[in-house]
Amino acid sequence: MDRIWVLAETAESGPTPVTLELLTAARAHASTVEAVAWGPDTASIAGTVGEYGATKVYDVGDLAGALPGAPVAAAIAALVASGDAPDAIFVPASYDGRDIAGRLSAKLDRPVLTNITGFAQGDGQLTTEHPVFGGTLVVTARFTGDGPGIFVVRAKSFTAERSGGGPAEVVAVAPGDVGATGAAKIVERHVEAASGPKLDEAAVVVSGGRGLGAPEHYALVEELARLLHGAPGASRAIVDAGWVPYSHQVGQTGKTVKPTVYVACGISGATQHLVGMKGSKHIVAINKDQEAPIFSVSDLGIVGDVHKVLPALIEQLKSRG
Amino acid sequence: MNVVVCVKQIPDPAAPGALDPSTHTLVRSGKLILDDSDSYGVEMALQLAGNVEGSEVTIVSMAPNGETSGLRTALAMGAARAILVSDDALAGSDALSTAKVLAAAARRAAPDLVIAATESTDGYTGTMPVQMAELLGMPSVTFAKRVSTDGTTLKVERQTESGYDDVECPLPAVVTVTAGVVEPRYPSFKGIMAAKSKPIDVLSIGDLGLDAGQVGRAGARQEVVDVSEAEARGSGEIVVDEGDGAQRIVAFLEQLKVV
Ligand SMILES: Cc1cc2nc3c(=O)[nH]c(=O)nc-3n(C[C@H](O)[C@H](O)[C@H](O)COP(=O)(O)OP(=O)(O)OC[C@H]3O[C@@H](n4cnc5c(N)ncnc54)[C@H](O)[C@@H]3O)c2cc1C
Ligand SMILES: Nc1ncnc2c1ncn2[C@@H]1O[C@H](COP(=O)(O)O)[C@@H](O)[C@H]1O
Repeated sequence: MDRIWVLAETAESGPTPVTLELLTAARAHASTVEAVAWGPDTASIAGTVGEYGATKVYDVGDLAGALPGAPVAAAIAALVASGDAPDAIFVPASYDGRDIAGRLSAKLDRPVLTNITGFAQGDGQLTTEHPVFGGTLVVTARFTGDGPGIFVVRAKSFTAERSGGGPAEVVAVAPGDVGATGAAKIVERHVEAASGPKLDEAAVVVSGGRGLGAPEHYALVEELARLLHGAPGASRAIVDAGWVPYSHQVGQTGKTVKPTVYVACGISGATQHLVGMKGSKHIVAINKDQEAPIFSVSDLGIVGDVHKVLPALIEQLKSRG
Repeated sequence: MNVVVCVKQIPDPAAPGALDPSTHTLVRSGKLILDDSDSYGVEMALQLAGNVEGSEVTIVSMAPNGETSGLRTALAMGAARAILVSDDALAGSDALSTAKVLAAAARRAAPDLVIAATESTDGYTGTMPVQMAELLGMPSVTFAKRVSTDGTTLKVERQTESGYDDVECPLPAVVTVTAGVVEPRYPSFKGIMAAKSKPIDVLSIGDLGLDAGQVGRAGARQEVVDVSEAEARGSGEIVVDEGDGAQRIVAFLEQLKVV
């Protein structure tokens, strides 16, 4: 492939980790990698995306509170219509990434491949890997027909590596004309106070599920995470129940984590949970049901009651100081 | 306010899934049921419609073999009517083709608000609703965890990586809701009886003015080339806690030098 574009999302601290992962993956399959970014200060990421292989950043600019889906997709579609089309567009499987991919797909009349966790080359063409049924099977797929293909990739599918490139050239592009489709506006942002390592970056993740029995018992999970210098996570069941905020959710619709150690407490191990944590280096599970599917992926499984095992574990770790 | 809810009818997720060995698509034979993810959308629609006078909730679905059992569930919860698109030519449709079909079907109900789930249980591409919004020329707000509307403006708390955003948007618009956003009601006996006589329009793609080459397997521009077993993650030691469970975990963590 000649050219791949990577949708570069930025957070306060610069390009998001998945952006750097996608730039790295793109380098393996194309001679030219370029980024598309938006936001008030895109110039500030030119150095970092350049270090990971992008030679150019198409800057859609400040969206003045508009949700990015419509304007960013319109800007990309306009570039493609002007003849400046890449062979493929890599998009992070994030909230805004999925919105942009969906809009772009309809605008370009091209399908989208989603939930990608790997790439390969087959017959000179890019093929994609998708875990299904909780990651027990891998489906390999590809686009047919004319490009560019839109590839939505899950976080943590690749390890980000620097290319040693210099700063990318920043090229301003106009946000496309979006009419009514661009009318959704952010009026206020709410950021949860966070302490300790981030869930998707922590070396240890301790997650709790419905087996904890009641919201107040989540404190045991938090305490254990703190003692192990890790981050607390959760199954969707207890997020939906309102015990913990959504930002704690591990799994298909939540975060993908790959810590050194993952401790699952009172989590059954549904397929949608497994795809988010199966890549952990070591897995410890505590569940009172010997048949729980979580035990099929654990390195150490304790068939027991979280209300007995967790307090004892916390006690022992504390006494070690 | 006309509210349209997209409702997917899927094989029972409790039964083990299977891929068709020749087409590599999910096997969709047998009875289909309302995707649990969409029960939140139906409930949300009923609540929002209840707050705006003169509202009606229409269910829209695309499914094989004229399947209506999931639609009856949604009608029993309280929706007024349903539109089902069922056509042999739709087998193997990708998300974009599905969006073309559902956008054409939804237009028939002149929607002010279209509600879908963030992602379906069986396909989970999570892109269909936004593709549909683009085809309908509407704004969209995805990942809603709280929604309200006065019939003119939509107010949404939208999930983000680190919290949530308050988002506002004029109607007509598309919104996708996450599980847990509302508590879906159980259909009452009265509701189940009433649902039996509620209208379901069954349409073919010809009725919608769509061309068979645009949708289904003929229109799909992606293909599965291989399905293989993933590298199995061998399960390790499983021990029954005899009061020594915590100690075992500490020993394991020590061995990994985590403590
Ligand atoms: C489209 C879609 C997306 C989804 N995305 C996600 C996702 O991102 N993340 C996710 O987690 N889920 C997701 N799910 C939900 C998933 O299918 C499961 O419903 C969920 O993971 C179950 O959570 P749980 O394990 O906490 O609860 P349960 O399945 O109810 O399991 C509770 C477990 O606790 C054990 N237990 C009970 N009491 C005790 C005790 N005292 N001590 C020890 N063990 C005990 C039980 O044996 C049981 O195994 C998704 C579902 C769908 C349809
Ligand atoms: N065939 C369908 N019929 C009705 N609604 C659908 C269909 N496919 C997808 N949807 C809606 O779009 C959402 C996202 O679907 P998906 O893109 O498959 O993850 C689903 O949860 C439904 O609300």
